[in-house]
Amino acid sequence: MQALVIVAHGSHLNPDSSAPTHDHADTVRAVGGFDEVAVGFWKEEPSLREVLRTVESEEVYVVPLFISEGYFTEEVIPRELRLGGWDPADWESDGLSADSATYVAEDTGQTVHYCGPVGTHEAMTDVIVRRAESVTGDPDVGDGFGLAVVGHGTERNENSAKAIEYHADRVREMDRFDEVRALYMDEDPEVDDLTDFFDADDVVLVPLFIADGYHTQEDIPEDVGLCEDHTEGWDVPELVDDTRVWYAGAVGTEPLMADVVLERAVDAGADVGDALAAVQESTRVATGD
Amino acid sequence: MPDASSDADGDDAASGAAPSITLPDEALDALLSAVDALDPGDELELGAGGPRLSVGDGGFAVATGDERHAGLDEDELREVASEHAAAVADWYFLDSVAGDHPPRRAFLRWLEYADETEVGERYAALADGVVREWGQLAITVARDDRGERTYEVRNAEEADAPVDDLKRYDDPLDARRLVKFDDDGRYRPLKTAPTLPTGWVFADLGPREAYEAVETIYPATIENWHREREGELDVSHWRETMERQTGIYGVIQTWDRDEGHEHVDWVAEACCADSQCLKRREWEYDEETDLDVDGGDGVFPCREPCSVVVSAARQWTKLEGEQSHTYEIELTPSEVEQIEAIVDAVAEGRTDDIREADVYEGANRYRARFLRAKLFGDRDPFRPVDAPAEDE
Repeated sequence: MQALVIVAHGSHLNPDSSAPTHDHADTVRAVGGFDEVAVGFWKEEPSLREVLRTVESEEVYVVPLFISEGYFTEEVIPRELRLGGWDPADWESDGLSADSATYVAEDTGQTVHYCGPVGTHEAMTDVIVRRAESVTGDPDVGDGFGLAVVGHGTERNENSAKAIEYHADRVREMDRFDEVRALYMDEDPEVDDLTDFFDADDVVLVPLFIADGYHTQEDIPEDVGLCEDHTEGWDVPELVDDTRVWYAGAVGTEPLMADVVLERAVDAGADVGDALAAVQESTRVATGD
Repeated sequence: MPDASSDADGDDAASGAAPSITLPDEALDALLSAVDALDPGDELELGAGGPRLSVGDGGFAVATGDERHAGLDEDELREVASEHAAAVADWYFLDSVAGDHPPRRAFLRWLEYADETEVGERYAALADGVVREWGQLAITVARDDRGERTYEVRNAEEADAPVDDLKRYDDPLDARRLVKFDDDGRYRPLKTAPTLPTGWVFADLGPREAYEAVETIYPATIENWHREREGELDVSHWRETMERQTGIYGVIQTWDRDEGHEHVDWVAEACCADSQCLKRREWEYDEETDLDVDGGDGVFPCREPCSVVVSAARQWTKLEGEQSHTYEIELTPSEVEQIEAIVDAVAEGRTDDIREADVYEGANRYRARFLRAKLFGDRDPFRPVDAPAEDE
């Protein structure tokens, strides 16, 4: 038997934090591919310490639902999962390229294929584009549109900015949107000045975050000028300095994220049959006809 | 076992005879395959003290007590097995259908007292339904005349509510949404807090689904309960748990300064009492040093300080790092009592229970507002006596 375990941060305060994790787990469950699908959290239950014992499978693929490599993926998760002999060097990563490494969990004896975070997988670029399609309701969005990918800056984690730039570059190479920019919350170029960076009349703003919470529902909307105060809410699109801003909310809530989770497990050697194609099909944006 | 001696199965139970079971073909088929797969010399025992089946060169063999019939062919084995229909049905359900995941198997057996009650008595009780509590859950197991179980899971507070009065769910994963908020609509960050909402029922679950529902409502509780029963619970005590912490939680280690563990007693009393969490705390200060507060009576164990405790401990580490001072304040004896009443009401979560106009309660809102107006109106009523240094 093989299990997929999606691990995420979760929250003691925000009930929505774990929602995307559960949603993506459900999507994977629905398409099959794994005998078991479980979720574990740093701040919720089952905890990272105990999630492995909730699955019967001897072979477990652990996929972190995190945006970048860093403290959580390199220190907290392996420690809490008790991955015997974990060494971040095993990933041989340059900060973006972690794929997977295999360990035995010390408390359960399970074979654990510990994957890199979803946020740095190349398939994540497609999720950003899909998010733009979702928020505009247009599967062909691009022409006449700018796209901003927004994240934390380097203040807390230098790899965070690397992930943002990586995906912004990849979207730019698609030559689909008129302009593509990587913007940050705590360093230049700052998202506060969003409209200064675009000539396009329409800009899709995609925050590279896993779940909606303080940053995506309070900080960024206020910084960008979608609203004076987040409690007032905002329209999609919202007019800011003559630019229509299509605010997408956390990219992690996009159903196609389930595809990246699966891709991570497949890259690590999981045999999921045709589950990948099924997820891509089931999470597609309706064309409206 | 409650109800075990009731007249649940009509004449069968009253006469002490085996209950009548219509053995499903798949049960016999599964039994035959299982016996066929046995190594020579091994026996498959149908329940403690039940018939023992084996296979050898001369065919199948069945031993009951001192009696042994060997050289049986398949039809004869089926016939003998049918005479022990309840035992076969029991084996089939609890071993075969339930699957071989040890915690699940142990839990399903526990639910119907399978390890301490012989099959006839148990089947009589199961005809009516056997109820056990797990945290705030009431789980009822019932069987049909084929020996197949169905499970019902609901909040024990509503044990007697008619099913039709509750909202019915069938997918165990629906439990995730059900238990996310309490009955007051507040987010429940701790799944084992005694605030399980009411109004729902999983009325007709199979064994795997029942297990999944319980594990969704109280994650990993069955796993840890099973480990404990097997003597394999991996308890991580306070010291080692805090020493493991890094990042913003690394500071908690500094709270332990070889000055005893009174601070951890306070943490456990604050967070881990049965009134706050239904897990039975098994972690102590360290391997050698027990805490002075009771771990509670929960059926499932708590094997290490949880993330809620760790987060709170970080805050307390910071707050408890402050120097204390002596303050002077003038209060009437009743005001002292009132302050105690307010702290008590907040700590016990009773503020919502205090009636609007019950001004006889110290923690009544009007009483608290009056105290605030009188004492805190335009000044800080706490005057430091030992004037703290300027660096404050």
